[in-house]
Amino acid sequence: MKKKHLQRLDLIFKNEHDIEAILEKTLKRGNDEIINDLISSGLKGRGGAGFPTGLKWKLASEEQTDEKYVICNADEGEPGTFKDREILQSVPHKVLSGMAVCARIIGAKKGYIYLRGEYLFLKPQLLEVIDEFHSTLDKMGLDFRVEIFLGSGAYICGEESALFESMEGKRGEPRNKPPFPTVQGYKSKPTVINNVETLAHTYSIFKYGPDKFKDLGIQDSRGSKVFSVSGDTPIPGIYELEFGMSVQRFVDDFGDGDAKAVQVGGASGFCVPRKRFDKTVIGYQGKLRGTSLPTGGSMMIFNSSRSMYNVLHNYLDFFVEESCGQCTPCRVGTQQLLLGIEAVKKGDQPSSYLDRLMDLAEGMRVTAKCGLGQSVANSFSSIVENFKEEMIY
Amino acid sequence: MTEVKQLVKGLADQYGRNEECLLPILQGIVTSEQHISEDAMVEVARELNISAAQVYGTATFYSFLHTKPLGKYVIRVCKTITCMMHGKNQIIKELESLLKVNLGETTHDGKFTLMETNCLGQCHKGPAMLINDKPYTDLTPEKVREIVMMYRNKELRSN
Repeated sequence: MKKKHLQRLDLIFKNEHDIEAILEKTLKRGNDEIINDLISSGLKGRGGAGFPTGLKWKLASEEQTDEKYVICNADEGEPGTFKDREILQSVPHKVLSGMAVCARIIGAKKGYIYLRGEYLFLKPQLLEVIDEFHSTLDKMGLDFRVEIFLGSGAYICGEESALFESMEGKRGEPRNKPPFPTVQGYKSKPTVINNVETLAHTYSIFKYGPDKFKDLGIQDSRGSKVFSVSGDTPIPGIYELEFGMSVQRFVDDFGDGDAKAVQVGGASGFCVPRKRFDKTVIGYQGKLRGTSLPTGGSMMIFNSSRSMYNVLHNYLDFFVEESCGQCTPCRVGTQQLLLGIEAVKKGDQPSSYLDRLMDLAEGMRVTAKCGLGQSVANSFSSIVENFKEEMIY
Repeated sequence: MTEVKQLVKGLADQYGRNEECLLPILQGIVTSEQHISEDAMVEVARELNISAAQVYGTATFYSFLHTKPLGKYVIRVCKTITCMMHGKNQIIKELESLLKVNLGETTHDGKFTLMETNCLGQCHKGPAMLINDKPYTDLTPEKVREIVMMYRNKELRSN
């Protein structure tokens, strides 16, 4: 019997004609009411880290200062992710509505979309939409303005504190945390920074209420998620699916019949080998049985014709270039991992050297300053452990 | 006033003179000059009243800001995993032979620079490349030949 396909959802990309009306209706509600809706919906940050969105807004709203900011993080740089581009292209109004409601709640007058330099071609169209949106806000009497801030080709600037540094005219080097952005963000002022998709989801929650969102997904992972599917698949593209599917179900729908591994969450995510497809679930780590993998939505499928050594080499090459170079574990660690697997492949080091490299990667997880350096171990260890023979021969 | 001075002053008038305006100003310089010269960096530091070292630090951090001269059209081919899997090397080879340059070089007429870049966010349509800010996807060697031809014709017409 043929298995049932995963349910394709159409919440994010659905063209809605009443966005203005929903915004107006939402702005008439009380701050606490909206925050409670967001919290009970279970919406978590869609950039991959998964911080509860309602709580983030609440924390920023509790800060006592006049100057606050709302920032939409559109520095989508994770290899294999391209959903935010599509969201900004097709439903920018939803993202802007989310920003405006957030601004009203926390008391911000200014918002920014940090758009990665690679997406400069989106800017003219976005500016038009923003202009139009500003006149809508004027009609509703909300004092809030959105600007586009353009990045210049740095993966690390997707990390929120590096993004603030970049906006302040500095090198995109992450800060120590705490203080967290809701206390000290852009210009050291309380800042809510949300992923593009997260903001678009808030619109759905304003419109349909928290229950409809909560009905989707499982346990700690609620709602739908936009996945960017690429690699060895006959149907690459962007798909909105329910949280909580197993990798096996995903591969059944999207694989080419010969999938040997799926990289969940891009270069900084985890590689799931075929033997673990069944046991791995896509969602935030919670009380799930087996392994659950959080993700910003990057799903790359590799079939048996692919060398996992080449895949890992490509990721490490990426990290070596994109490490900001500020902290030693990441700057030196990424380079040593790359040199290390090359040495093993060439036979200059014994295969047991891979264990030392994994120790190094795990050391980076503990000692690196930010998420970039800490997460190199995710892909490194999961690929080396599961495809050891491909690393050596 | 020299040309660079004028350009930087114009950008500072447009964006402002605080540190938050540094990146937009540097991006503006790249848009019109393709790269940020030392003179330009010193000039930006003077306009914003910050140290030239800070300007240099920022200018050299970002991969889309260049401190060495580049061609009028900067071709950036995505080298990240899915584009690699779908034949990015073939695209590079085709471009190298079309433009008669190696990766990282600029053509003698100063029109094209060929580079690689990290993920362009077009993974479902790889291989992909940017020419200045315009994306081209689902590339094949034939398609690349047509695209380069188009840019060359555009240049001929403008001469």
